[in-house]
Amino acid sequence: MNWGNWVISGFIATLALSTLLAMSQGLRLTRMNVPYMLGTIITPEREKARVYGFLAHFVNGWFFSFFYVYIFQIRHTANWWFGLLIGLGHALFVLTVVTTLIPSLHPRMASEQKGATTQRRLEPPGFMALNYGYQTPLSVFVAHAAFGAILGSLYQLR
Amino acid sequence: MDLTTTPARNPGVGYRGCGYFPGIDEYGVIGDCRTAALVSKFGCIEWLCWPRFDSPSIFAAMLDRERGGYWKISPTGEYEAERRYAGNSNVLETRFRTGSGEAVLTDLMPIRDAEMSSMVPDHEILREITCTSGAMEIEIALVPRANYGEYPVAICNKGKLGIRMVDGPGVFWLRSNLPLRIEDSGVFAATTLQQGQTLSFSFSYSLSSPAVLPPLEQIPQRIKICVDWWERWVGQIQYDGEFREEIIRSALTLKLMIFAPSGAIVAAPTTSLPERIGGDLNWDYRFCWLRDASFTIRALLELGFWNEATGFLDWMLHATRLTQPELRIMYTVYGNAPPDEHTSKILRGYKGSSPVRIGNAARDQVQLDVYGEVIDAAAQYAFHGGYLDREMQKVLIGFGNYVVKHWDTPDQGIWEPRTSPRHHTHSRLLCWTALDRLVALTEQDKLKGAPLQDYKDQEEAIRRQIQERAWNQELQSYVSELDGQQLDSSLLLLSWYGFEKADGPRMRSTYNRLRERLSTAEGLLYRTEQVPAEGTFAICSFWEAEYLALGGGSTADARNLILTLLKYRNELGLYGEEIDARNGRALGNFPQAFTHIGFIGAALSLDQREKGEQQLAHRPESPVGEQPHQKQAA
Repeated sequence: MNWGNWVISGFIATLALSTLLAMSQGLRLTRMNVPYMLGTIITPEREKARVYGFLAHFVNGWFFSFFYVYIFQIRHTANWWFGLLIGLGHALFVLTVVTTLIPSLHPRMASEQKGATTQRRLEPPGFMALNYGYQTPLSVFVAHAAFGAILGSLYQLR
Repeated sequence: MDLTTTPARNPGVGYRGCGYFPGIDEYGVIGDCRTAALVSKFGCIEWLCWPRFDSPSIFAAMLDRERGGYWKISPTGEYEAERRYAGNSNVLETRFRTGSGEAVLTDLMPIRDAEMSSMVPDHEILREITCTSGAMEIEIALVPRANYGEYPVAICNKGKLGIRMVDGPGVFWLRSNLPLRIEDSGVFAATTLQQGQTLSFSFSYSLSSPAVLPPLEQIPQRIKICVDWWERWVGQIQYDGEFREEIIRSALTLKLMIFAPSGAIVAAPTTSLPERIGGDLNWDYRFCWLRDASFTIRALLELGFWNEATGFLDWMLHATRLTQPELRIMYTVYGNAPPDEHTSKILRGYKGSSPVRIGNAARDQVQLDVYGEVIDAAAQYAFHGGYLDREMQKVLIGFGNYVVKHWDTPDQGIWEPRTSPRHHTHSRLLCWTALDRLVALTEQDKLKGAPLQDYKDQEEAIRRQIQERAWNQELQSYVSELDGQQLDSSLLLLSWYGFEKADGPRMRSTYNRLRERLSTAEGLLYRTEQVPAEGTFAICSFWEAEYLALGGGSTADARNLILTLLKYRNELGLYGEEIDARNGRALGNFPQAFTHIGFIGAALSLDQREKGEQQLAHRPESPVGEQPHQKQAA
């Protein structure tokens, strides 16, 4: 492992991922707001949740970049298209598995089965996060593909 | 005119083909300091734009019964309705009476600041109806029509989560403890409420993040939180005169027009409520006019609402930065140019008053008075003890220099006629005001770096021009345009801005001419000599009352006029822009911030005169009392 290179390339890729997701929200492609969703695990206060969630998402992105790099090392391949492929797989996992599980794991998210309660009142994402807008899958695929591509092109194998 | 006990027949509303329009003054308003909704006396929300005042509507039945969209909760069959606000709040209560029972409908938009520590929707309307005696059949119909009635939204039932309605990137959620059925692009239900039973509804909107779906069982608690928040806000008020109750309602209405995220104040939350029923005087007022700045700041400061006054001044001086030193006459709540004006191809207008306009073409007009109004607002703020920082001072000097260069050019004037520019007396008055205040601020060491002598020379030149060319010797009156013959009610402001003493011979004579030409038998004033006449202009009547309070008449004259004008509020204490001289009913966009500000100003000046206090901080010849900024500092 090229640890120093991972730290820097993971940081840059996470920065790009966060920017792209925020952009797609600002451009009204999706209402998915990952920092807000993560932050509300910690606090119900909107402004605080956004800050905590942003930090959590950033650390999360960095953490995930480790797995990308690990795959690069195992396959002895690190380039933009290989990173992009992993990113697409990652996005598919998020959209299908994570979005299905998150209403059960998130302490403040409502579920379609139980409805909203005093404690759980955040709108669930639904399959492929389509509840947050029909273009949500597109923005998630693009952001994660960019994340993988940047990581693949910046990371240097050792 | 007491509407409180007027029997109300259930009029239905457009979706099922009924064309009855409530009177403009039969609407009440609820809001969250970001946008507002109009609720008819019949329990129907007929105007709502989300997420902010000038966003496209989702309910607009007020402008088209069939195509506009609405949300009705009301008894079936015949009933009577009366309304009030809960305490000193903007939480609306409508009491329905039928032959079989009574029920109270509560409508509100929760204030986000009041619930910071819990997860609440970005934008929400809460409605709750409780049967207080007997039994009552209730019908519910929510028919959303997006983008000014252009299209229905996709509705689907998401089971326990509620009813979901998608409009482009945004999502609406309707939640209720009553089963609802989806039918024909709307949501409907009917039930019979027995004494003690309550139906609860939450209708929310989210545009930029996952929606929050609030639990319905917390609605009673949230209503209380909202009422408490409004009452705490009102608690800051410093006025203790004889019109305290009425002033509080006007202050609450004004607060609803303040867009909290920026501090901007919109003229009214509606578009195209007509100034003449069936006519085409229908304008979009969901923007911020700088023309109202001086009166607004004065009202806010003297009532003790320093946060709102400071926020508004900051907004004016910073949101206008893109065009400085030139000023547009109006801006959006974030300081951009209002959109191009276009007419709706869908909405047919209130009682057929078409067109329905969206955006405002007056945005491109030149009105030189705005410089005076903005500078006077800043001066009022400073004279009351507020601090103008270096950046603000530079901006004000920039405006002053612009006035020096342009005061002698024609413009469209305060009434925004869509005609060629002219030399308006009111615009000259405000150019004079601009320089007069900058000189005063410099001499009081509140402004540094202004070209003082230049300002003094030009101020004198404007004064001479007004005295010579805006005075008509034959009429013995000031006139609307230089060398003109016509009068308009803005001439009353010559004394408000300190150009003429209210009890001076020229002002008294001008006042008499104005009464002859512009007043009605009921004592109301038209704004101009325009033919065919629109409604009388409510703010002009309050200018008259304030003119009397400033010395143009006795305190009894001023009080009597204020008391007369108070009769033209609706039972909730709301004013429109105009009053129909034939029947005393409201006309124009509703409710109108400017009218409420006019009332507050008149009541303040009357109170100050009776107490021997200084009237208007900028008047150097104020009769008695310490300077207000000294009072504030103390």
